[in-house]
Formats: sequence, C-alpha cells, structure tokens
Amino acid sequence: MKRRHFLAALPAAVLAATGCVDSRSHTNAVYMLVDTSGTYAQEAGKAQVIINYLLGSLQAGDSLAVARVQSRSFSEKDIVAKATFDSRPSQENAQKRAFRERIENSFRAVSGSRFTDITGGLIQGAEFLNETGAGSKTIIIFSDMQEELDKVTQRDFPITLKGIRVVAVNVVKLKTDNIDPRKYMGRLEAWQKRVETAGAREWRVINNLDRLDAILARG
Amino acid sequence: MSSQAWMVWPENFAVSFLVMALLAMAFMYAARAPMHGLLRSVGHALSGPLRMAARWLLAAAAEVQARNRAVLLAHGKHEVGQRVEREFERLGVIVQRELQGYPALQRKLLDEITRIEEDYKKCGEVPPPPPEWTEAVAAVANVKTGGNELVLRVLEEIKRSITSIHDKTLADYRRSYERRHKILESFMPFWRSVDKNLVQVEQNMARLQANVRTVDAHMAIYEQINEGTDKAQHALTVSGFTQFATSLLVMCVAAGGAFINFKLIALPMSEMVGAGDYITHSLRTSEVAALVIIFVEASMGLFLLEALRITHLFPRIANLNDRLRTRMLWIALTLLVILAGVEAALALMRDMLISDKQALLQSLSTVQPVAHDGWMSSIPTAGQMLLGFILPFALAFIAIPLESVIHSGRTVGGVFVLALLRSLAFLMRVLGNVARQMSRVLIKLYDVFIVVPLMAERMWKGSRSERSSKLDVDVDLERTHA
Repeated sequence: MKRRHFLAALPAAVLAATGCVDSRSHTNAVYMLVDTSGTYAQEAGKAQVIINYLLGSLQAGDSLAVARVQSRSFSEKDIVAKATFDSRPSQENAQKRAFRERIENSFRAVSGSRFTDITGGLIQGAEFLNETGAGSKTIIIFSDMQEELDKVTQRDFPITLKGIRVVAVNVVKLKTDNIDPRKYMGRLEAWQKRVETAGAREWRVINNLDRLDAILARG
Repeated sequence: MSSQAWMVWPENFAVSFLVMALLAMAFMYAARAPMHGLLRSVGHALSGPLRMAARWLLAAAAEVQARNRAVLLAHGKHEVGQRVEREFERLGVIVQRELQGYPALQRKLLDEITRIEEDYKKCGEVPPPPPEWTEAVAAVANVKTGGNELVLRVLEEIKRSITSIHDKTLADYRRSYERRHKILESFMPFWRSVDKNLVQVEQNMARLQANVRTVDAHMAIYEQINEGTDKAQHALTVSGFTQFATSLLVMCVAAGGAFINFKLIALPMSEMVGAGDYITHSLRTSEVAALVIIFVEASMGLFLLEALRITHLFPRIANLNDRLRTRMLWIALTLLVILAGVEAALALMRDMLISDKQALLQSLSTVQPVAHDGWMSSIPTAGQMLLGFILPFALAFIAIPLESVIHSGRTVGGVFVLALLRSLAFLMRVLGNVARQMSRVLIKLYDVFIVVPLMAERMWKGSRSERSSKLDVDVDLERTHA
C-alpha cells in the first residue's frame, strides 16, 4: 500500500461513484510445466523453490497450476495441483498452504518418464490459462527444453499461444551441449521461434534462480 | 535553381549585387508611402486590440476588487457582529452572576454602616461635667486661712471630700472609656466585612470594565468595517490569508491522519469486498472502499459539528429546531462511534492477516521463523486498535479547518484573481506598446534601406525650395519697385 495509491484513490472514488470502473481483468494466471523425464527429474527440488516463490508472489484472485511433463502431456491428469486463490486474504493463505502440501506430496517420489512432451504441455497450459480469463497469462517451463517424442505422438503442427508469456526456467546444459554449445543455442532459438510463431507475447529464459522476480515481471 | 540565378553578371558578384540593390532601392522608394502605411496599420492592428484587452482586464479587475471588498466586508461584519454578540452574552452572564446579589450586598453594607454609626455615636458620649460646686470649692480654696485652725480644718475636710469625689469620678470615667473601647473593639468584624464586600464589588466592577473594553474594541472594528475603511479591508484580508494558511496546515496534518487511517483499514477491507476487483490498473476496490469509509467518517464528523453549531457549512442543519438538531447530533455521534468500532476491529484483523501472511511466507522460505515475545508483540496490535478507534474522532474535527478554508479561500482566491487580472492587463499593455513601437522602428528601418534616394529627394526639394524662395524674393522686389 503506497502513498500514491491513497492519492490515486481520491479521483478513483469519484470514478467508482460514476460507474467508470476498469472492467479489464487484472489477475495473473501461471501454468508451470515441470519436466520429470529422464535425469531432469532430479531437479524437482528446484521446481519446488520456484513454486514456493510463486505462492508467495501471487495475489488474491490469481490462478496457479503445476503440471508434469511426461511422455504425453496433453492431459488434465498431468496437472498436479491447481487453484484460483480466493479474494479474501485469510482464505487465500489457507489455499496456498494446502497447495504447498499437495506439491510436496506429489514431488516426494517423482519417477522419470521415458519421453518429454513439452509441446503437449504447452497446449494444455494454454487451454488452462485461456479458461481462467486472467489479464496476464504465463507458462513457466521448468525443463532442459529437449523434447523427445515417441513415434506415435504427433506434435509437429502449429500451436496457439496468443497473449501468453512463456518463460523457460533452469534450462540446464546437456552433455551434448557441452561438446557443441551451438546445439544448446540452436535448441533455445528453435523454441523461441516456435513460441513467437504461436503468438506468444514474450519469450524469456531464466537460468539464475536468484532472479525469480523476472518470472512475473512484464515486458 | 542555381544560387547564382539572381546575378545579372554571373561572373561579377559585386556589380550584380549593386545592380540588384539599386533596383530594390528604387522599388522600395517607389513603394515607400504604401509600405509606411502598411507598417503603421499593422502596428495599430496589433496594439489596438491588446490595449483594448488591457482596458477590459483592468475594468474586470476593478469589478472583481469591488466584489471582493463587498464580500470581505460583509463577511468581516458578520464575523465581528457574532463576536460582539458573544461578548454581550458573556457580559450578560457576568452581570447576572456577579451583580444580581448587588441589592442584597448594598442593603448589607448600609445595615453595617448604620450599626457602625450608631456604635460610633455611643462612643461619642462625653463624661458628665464636674459639679458646679467645684467653683465654690475653688473660691473657698482661695480663702486666706490666716492661721485660723477652724478654717484649716474646714479646708482639709473639703480637700478630703474633693479627693474622694475625684477618685470616684475618675473611676467612673475610666469605666466609661473601658465600655467605649469594648464598643470600638466590636467594630472590627463589621469593618472587615465592609472592607471585604467593597473589595468584591471593586473586583466585579474591574472585570466588568475589562469586558466592556473588549466589547468597545470589537465595536470599534465593527464601526470601521461598517464605514468600509481601507484599514478594515486590509486587516480583514491579512486575517483571511492567515486563517487560510493555518487551516491549510491543519488540513495537511489531518490528511496525514487520514493516510494512516487508510493504511489501517485498506488490507482488511479486502476481506470484506474482495481483493481481486480493480477500479484502475493498480487500484483495488478494497482501497477505494477504505477511502469511502474514511470519507463517511469525516462526513459524520461534519454533521456532528454542524449539529453542535460549531461549524455553519449547512444552513439547513443550523436552522433545524432544537429537537431535530439534537436527534441529528445523536445519530451522527452513534454512527461515528460504530464506524470507530468497525475500524478498531479492522485494525485488529489487519494485524492478524499480516501475521498469517508472514507465517505463510516463512513456511514457504527456507528460513526458520523467529520466536516472538508474547506481550511485546501485542503492543503494536493494541496500538493499531487504539488508533483505529481514535482516528475517526480526530478526523471529525476536520470540519472546522475545512469551513475556515472555504470561507478564507474566497478572500485568498479573490486576491489572486485580482493579481492575475492586473498582471494580464499590464502584459497586454506592454505588448500593445511594443507592437506600436515596433511598427515605428520598422518604418525608420525601411527608410534606412532607401537612404540614398531619400537624400537625393531632400536635396532636390531643397534646391527647388531655394529657387522658389529666390523667385518669391524677386517678385517681392519687383512689387516693391512697382
């Protein structure tokens, strides 16, 4: 609560009285994809740090969902926990506590999947975020961004991520990336191109977990 | 287009420039009269409206000044009139309280004085004169004994008788004086009572005199205002400015209080109206709701002070009959107390919400929560609740400086408008003069450019006038000879 809010509230009270209110949604919706495939499943502890940060940062009315990235991720079954926080602060805190417990229980015994379907998770995430009707929509991909699909799964088609921010977090370097860094760069560039082609509002990569404030920062 | 296109002789700049200058000069000389007229007209066209606007602004300023004066004097008259009325009321109370027992006091004083007088008269009684035979005794005492034993014996007898009578008389006399002294001694309490009563009367009179002097001073101001003197107007204006500045300062302090109040209830209000609704991009409905509550409290305070007749912003409330006004007073006070109670509860809820949020954040972070001392941590909670209860009542008094700001704002605003109008008038006048002078300067400058043909014209005119004057002289001479 800042002083400028108090000063801004004076004319806003007049606006409210005349019915000139801002009808746009000011809530945030965050969909976090946690890669649990192969060796990346060991990074689940870091994912919990990010989830805790999100729980501390998101406000009343905001939505949060955490889903696993598995061999095929375009499914509601992959959503570990989801919640739209109550507008009452007391209820909001209780919801956040329950959310944290659920995440802790889910990540206690994570079994690594054989394949990594990031695209399916993105489509599922976009669907969830669009349903929330939030003003700001963000998909956080906690993964090495190495997509591996089985032969049956079809994901090579254009996807729609209109108005959604996509943030790739903790994109670790693979052994092959260490041999040839161009692979790592190329992988990130390919994802950026795909996401931007899909109409995403922003693409961002955050590898330093001390700068998590950039996850929800706009622009 | 080439930069040398204007040159008559492209290879010779000087000659080309000279030819062009001569041509321009010739053209400008030919167009001199209309150009002078044009420049003069432009000057008039610019300066005329500006001067007219300046005159209009000055007239408007005079009108505003007259209005300001009328309003100021009327307001001052009303204020001083009320003050005089209050002084008279106070005087009436003093007279009633201090001098209503004056007749009784006077009667008491008169009684005491009468008694003192009577006692004094009693004291004034002289001892009885010595008997007349004392003269006979004196005559006998002058008798020459001549050694006669009989005469001596008679005289001794007379002496003994007189001595015994003298002793008796002296004793009577002393007794009489003793009695008078006792009477005089009994005077003392009466004297003291009279003295005390007179001192009291003197004090009452002095107090009355001081109050009368205050009334006289107010009446003198009232008379000055009534006469509409410049001194009274100046004094009222200065008073208006002082009042405005003081009230504004108090309003700023009150705004600080309102801000603290806002901080106390904004967060818990989200528990009531929800934290997810926004009015603008960053302004929540809960924050506006908190502000509305503060405004309602201030309004209730305003109505309370209006009902108490401390402020007079709403004449309708002031004109209500006493029964309705008292009812309104109680309603406003009740609502204010309820709102203060709500605020105290909200302040407590704020503390609880913040504690809960802190606990959640600590559980989300890796840092272990710090243990707090029980009673120490309850001090801020109690303080917040107390502030939440007190601030609405403190805010209620904002009505007094608000009224003062509104009333003195007219005076201050009027003075500023007057200054603005006069400044604008001055500016318009300056601009008008500048435009007129500029047209004159341009006319002179125009003549400077065509100075050569003008000199030629002057010389030609000079020789022609000489010739004509010479011809005139010749004609005169011929006429003289003729």
